[in-house]
Amino acid sequence: MIPAQFDLKRASSAAEAISLIGEYGDEAKLLAGGHSLIPLMKLRLAQPSMLIDIGRITDLSYIKDAGDHIAIGALTRHMDIEKSDIVKQHVPLLAHAAGYVGDAQVRHRGTIGGSLAHADSASDLPATTLALGATYVAQGPNGQREIAAKDFYKGFLESALAPDEMLVEIRVPKTTGGWSFQKFNRRAQDWAIVGVAAWRNGKESGVALVNMGSTPILATSVSAALASGASIADAAELAAAEAEPQSDLNASSEYRAHLAKVLVRRALEESTK
Amino acid sequence: MKVTITVNGKTHESEVEPRTLLVQYVRDTLGLTGTNIGCDTSSCGACTVHLNGEAVKSCTILAAQADGCAVTTIEGMSKGGVMHPMQQAFMENHGLQCGFCTPGMVMAAVGLLNENANPTEDDIRIGLEGNLCRCTGYHNIVQSVLAAAKK
Repeated sequence: MIPAQFDLKRASSAAEAISLIGEYGDEAKLLAGGHSLIPLMKLRLAQPSMLIDIGRITDLSYIKDAGDHIAIGALTRHMDIEKSDIVKQHVPLLAHAAGYVGDAQVRHRGTIGGSLAHADSASDLPATTLALGATYVAQGPNGQREIAAKDFYKGFLESALAPDEMLVEIRVPKTTGGWSFQKFNRRAQDWAIVGVAAWRNGKESGVALVNMGSTPILATSVSAALASGASIADAAELAAAEAEPQSDLNASSEYRAHLAKVLVRRALEESTK
Repeated sequence: MKVTITVNGKTHESEVEPRTLLVQYVRDTLGLTGTNIGCDTSSCGACTVHLNGEAVKSCTILAAQADGCAVTTIEGMSKGGVMHPMQQAFMENHGLQCGFCTPGMVMAAVGLLNENANPTEDDIRIGLEGNLCRCTGYHNIVQSVLAAAKK
């Protein structure tokens, strides 16, 4: 399969990319690693007439210790996050989850900003950064603004980014305590049928669900129950309280809700060790 | 658009459409048909090549994205008619049955060893998760990679 015809322009900076999006409007899509966009274009699910290649903006590929959080450039590849000593030390859940994205070949190309901006609830990193209480930094023609992960996901493949904005940085708070990433699928490289990203430090916790609705889901009822002293088993029963799981070839809605409870329980047990 | 891509050590300047996939470029423009197109949806890994030394799926990369880069395909693995140690190991350990996945398997396996020179069997199984063998010949593929790692 070959994508439909398009033109391609290469941006050498975020500012140039934003100016190009302004120029081409709805006709244009940003191309980072391309591992979400190119498959959609091959299937004609996306048919932009202009691609703005931001994959060579090397100054948006970095991982920095920024005190209370880790700052990750939007064009940082999954493989670089997975292998980063800084991420492994301060946000081990994120390094671990990054290692579950696709397969090695995909992780050599795919970027964290691309994955988050694509806003696929079945992807691993939207839910993981949501569980971790991350903040995303978007840049537009009028400068930068911060968007909390919990305010970013608006619907199926729909985010709070304005049409002329792009993600430039992901800020992930450092975590202490236990964590777990559970991914239930048929083949190792597949998207999760259901996934859970969780961390816990005493009464505080963050739990988010992969592929349990049109957006990644923050399981706030689970965290509230843990905070008020509920057992892991009781808290996990609330796993699907905020979710609206879909039925598809892999699983019915009811089965997904069941999986979420089982996987949240396992995740909390692992996080509490 | 014009792209300059070094493939197996030889630099090519070519005129391509922006939508040209890297796998089409190596197969159709350069005639290097060792790289196979399997699923065409970045699942099966048959199209795996190295881009600047790293294993990638060439069905999901535009030739334009490889502009200025170095690409190695399966044709670039043997030197002077002598097989690469990984190719040799696949042959000696019966690491292929129908052979369709093999070029991608070899490229992914060499990429794996570049990043982890002494993998365990588990490391290999996880490291090759992006490559599917429809003959299900995984056992001997893993044995081949283990053998190559010892060479």
